[in-house]
Amino acid sequence: MSFARETDHGTPPAVATGKTVTLTIDGQSVTLPEGTSIMRAASLLGGSIPKLCATDSVESFGSCRLCLVEVEGRNGYPASCTTPVAEGMVVRTQTDRLKQLRRGVMELYISDHPLDCLTCAANGDCELQDQAGAVGLRDVRYGYDGATNMGQAKDQSNPYFDFDPSKCIVCSRCVRACEEVQGTFALTIENKGFESKVSPSQGEDFLGSECVSCGACVQACPTASLIEKAVVETGTPDRAVVTTCAYCGVGCTFRAEMRGEELVRMVPWKDGKANRGHSCVKGRFAWGYARHRDRILNPMIRASVDDPWREVSWEEAIAHTASEFRRIQAKYGTRAIGGITSSRCTNEETFLVQKLIRQGFGNNNVDTCARVCHSPTGYGLKTTFGTSAGTQDFDSVMQSDVILVIGANPTDGHPVFASRMKRRLRQGAKLIVIDPRRTDLVKSPHVEAEHHLPLRPGTNVAMLTAMAHVIVTEKLCDEAFIRERCDWDEFADWADFVSQPARSPEAIEPLTGVDPREVRAAARLYATGGNGAIYYGLGVTEHSQGSSTVMAIANLAMATGNIGREGVGVNPLRGQNNVQGACDMGSFPHEFSGYRHVSDDTARGAFERAWGVTLDAEPGLRIPNMLDAATDGTFKGLFVQGEDILQSDPNTHHVAAGLAAMECVVVQDLFLNETANYAHVFLPGSTFLEKDGTFTNAERRIQRVRKVMAPLNGHADWEIVQLVANAMGLNWTYGHPSEIMDEIAALTPTFAGVHYDRLDAEGSLQWPANDAAPDGTPTMHVDGFVRGRGKFVVTDYVPTDERTGPRFPLLLTTGRILSHYNVGAQTRRTANTAWHPEDRLEIHPSDAENRGLKDGDWVTLRSRAGETTLRALITERVAPGVVYTTFHHPETQANVITTDYSDWATNCPEYKVTAVQVMASNGPSDWQQDYAEQARHSRRIAPLEAAE
Amino acid sequence: MSDENQVMSTGDRLIYMANQIARNLATQPDAEAATAEHIRAFWSGDMRARLVALAADRPDALSPVAAAALRRIAG
Ligand code: SF4
Ligand code: SF4
Ligand code: SF4
Ligand code: FES
Repeated sequence: MSFARETDHGTPPAVATGKTVTLTIDGQSVTLPEGTSIMRAASLLGGSIPKLCATDSVESFGSCRLCLVEVEGRNGYPASCTTPVAEGMVVRTQTDRLKQLRRGVMELYISDHPLDCLTCAANGDCELQDQAGAVGLRDVRYGYDGATNMGQAKDQSNPYFDFDPSKCIVCSRCVRACEEVQGTFALTIENKGFESKVSPSQGEDFLGSECVSCGACVQACPTASLIEKAVVETGTPDRAVVTTCAYCGVGCTFRAEMRGEELVRMVPWKDGKANRGHSCVKGRFAWGYARHRDRILNPMIRASVDDPWREVSWEEAIAHTASEFRRIQAKYGTRAIGGITSSRCTNEETFLVQKLIRQGFGNNNVDTCARVCHSPTGYGLKTTFGTSAGTQDFDSVMQSDVILVIGANPTDGHPVFASRMKRRLRQGAKLIVIDPRRTDLVKSPHVEAEHHLPLRPGTNVAMLTAMAHVIVTEKLCDEAFIRERCDWDEFADWADFVSQPARSPEAIEPLTGVDPREVRAAARLYATGGNGAIYYGLGVTEHSQGSSTVMAIANLAMATGNIGREGVGVNPLRGQNNVQGACDMGSFPHEFSGYRHVSDDTARGAFERAWGVTLDAEPGLRIPNMLDAATDGTFKGLFVQGEDILQSDPNTHHVAAGLAAMECVVVQDLFLNETANYAHVFLPGSTFLEKDGTFTNAERRIQRVRKVMAPLNGHADWEIVQLVANAMGLNWTYGHPSEIMDEIAALTPTFAGVHYDRLDAEGSLQWPANDAAPDGTPTMHVDGFVRGRGKFVVTDYVPTDERTGPRFPLLLTTGRILSHYNVGAQTRRTANTAWHPEDRLEIHPSDAENRGLKDGDWVTLRSRAGETTLRALITERVAPGVVYTTFHHPETQANVITTDYSDWATNCPEYKVTAVQVMASNGPSDWQQDYAEQARHSRRIAPLEAAE
Repeated sequence: MSDENQVMSTGDRLIYMANQIARNLATQPDAEAATAEHIRAFWSGDMRARLVALAADRPDALSPVAAAALRRIAG
């Protein structure tokens, strides 16, 4: 793909009304949706009207007056960006008079702009320069000294972009992008006339302001006033490749803009159906880890984890891995080894890892990090609806009238989707938030939740059942929907159960701590407010009743008929970029790709024929079971691709003991992660920039990942798995990931229509994509549930066994922050640390005062599982009795604290509820110091021996 | 789990898990069948066999529903 800027039609598409108008522009007749601007119409015809203050990511504003046109029968020269097309209109965009007027406008702009084009970083990529050329500007009558903003200091505080006020033409595109696209309202235009200037609110610099560094303003800026530092340093790009972000489950697509082999910038792709041209700080800017000096590029092995690493050739590392696994199986049995697939790797890579285990290891001991995040979603939605996935696409939220967000913090976790949701809320949709914390969504500029239900951690099921109680007893159910689509007898049983007085909001108040009147009002709003959509996250799943909570959500949606059309549905906000895909690809020990149980003879038979082996019909071990079996001495070898279970899984002591008991741990990753401290083989991985493949986002949308540069480590991850497989005698011959996808399609009914040529042509496909749905499936369960009839499941509230008491009086809940991703292995190796250099413990002022703590003090955080230290952040975002922290930094290791209680159905850990005590401390705990020393010791790499 | 910095033994954990499943499926129309079915679908054969043996050694450790479900699995 060569470099061409994406076309800017000047104004966004019109809001669809179904009506069209026909008009003539420069002699050409055109029919377009009512409400389209003349500017957009001309652009769609292939022309371009000069413009400065308009861009198609934001509503037009009509301030620069460069886009004037003539309209027959009308006086004056209307601005084409603010004038909608009308039936029979005759427009001229190029006349002598218009040229003269536009030149006059341009002259004024240029007289106020420094003329250092040749040395400007945006030279060749500047709309002001282009437009000066387009209007034929040759000289400036006013001189060049009108410049009032010239000489003002640049704001270089943001680590990724600069703001140079002297180059600003005050078009306010940045201000509107921040408001309309991002929804943060961080920018204003200060003063009036020549004095006017753009400023982050409260006159702070960008870094100190509310700016979340999404980059929307930089993208909207027509000049070099807001510009990526990378462009200043590297120069303007000369080619672009469309690819998919490797951070979160929103799945934003980007143009990776390159200069030769060097990545200059990632620009959100306007045609991306998940992100529609928007991005967050992670995908847009935090890709520098790909070239970080900590990256390990050579394979390494060692006999014992006490030894330093020894760099070896790929041949030696692969042969050693295969022979160790075979040795262990010969000694301890076929089931003594297993592997973990990665939600960060591609579908093709994940499919290969589970194939390696099922076909090569000869067992089903495969699991994935979805175990620790959304496994309850899989269980809950499969049980109730028949499919382990969300029901909508992201666009659907624009049709919602009531949005219920439970246990999710989208502004931090899924920022691009949050921006879309906030746009809908600004249009008037109502918001209900169920969360122990007062998340940013509860109240932010121009968005305020109608109801915030700040429940005690661990009481989700009681809360949702109480809402169901209100809906059923106040007769707010959609009976017609239930009779047509669901099993009526199961509904009747469920309705009896939730109607019991013990389930009422008043009865459960002592458990949840939430005002029953608020619960009743929220339930009524969801049931009667029009299209009701539920969005949820890990605050739902990571509980001992995670699966029950997912089913309780599904019950609510079915009872109110909020399923099977645009604007409604049940939507898990998936954590990692490819966690949906990892689950789809058969990463769980009990099911093949497409969620078919290993005991299903038809499905197993298809794999056996394709792979030429007999497959195990018994479920294999889940991650915690593998660790238990390891401590018991029956599980001895583990292949871990792209996961850091030591840092991300609960009860670090237990994980460490399990890993330490194994004889061969193989880690394939970019960096020596925490798990690698217990590894015997390290296989260097490749980044998403260095390989081809696909990711599947939270909307079930399969999107291409495209290689933009050669892998620094020499091999893409799928090639490495193939090397291991072949060393174990499997004889795989994949030449390209597209061949792996062809195999997935042949073996997985919901993926039958997914091939790279289709993906390249369509941009993306949402599964199921097969003969029944050739173009994919944006909305699920439209004409009926996948399982047949929707199943209501009685969800009884069972309190967690993790209880507070005199020794551990507070409840800890964990989460994440916008600028970091998961265990932080990537984002900690970027300038994103500017926003979040360390994990902090959020604690309510009253709990802090009781303990004599001041903001920023070091505190010890202790649970029954362990203790760590970190600094306190005193805030009313958390309720009294609740504390909160993130787990992005290995120094903190919040998972030393979390227990190994888990979801009853899936063993998804109960990260969101741990009883703790907090007290003042002097600094790092003994454990932290020992751990730091052990990690340092374990990461030693022996100097290379001289070649023979 | 005791009150001190302890990790459950594997046997204790299997028993805990079986009881937890039974407790959460208690409101299903046939709780014993649902519990047995769940354990069959999601546990490895080794884990099931181990639990059956544990149940024989420690009959009181399992809740009545879990114990009945296990009898179905063993039988
Ligand atoms: S980077 Fe995003 S949040 Fe920051 S000012 Fe620009 S648009 Fe607003
Ligand atoms: S910074 Fe850029 S986008 Fe913002 S007002 Fe100035 S020129 Fe326009
Ligand atoms: S991290 Fe998520 S929201 Fe941010 S750019 Fe990547 S996919 Fe989009
Ligand atoms: S582009 Fe239309 S007024 Fe500026």
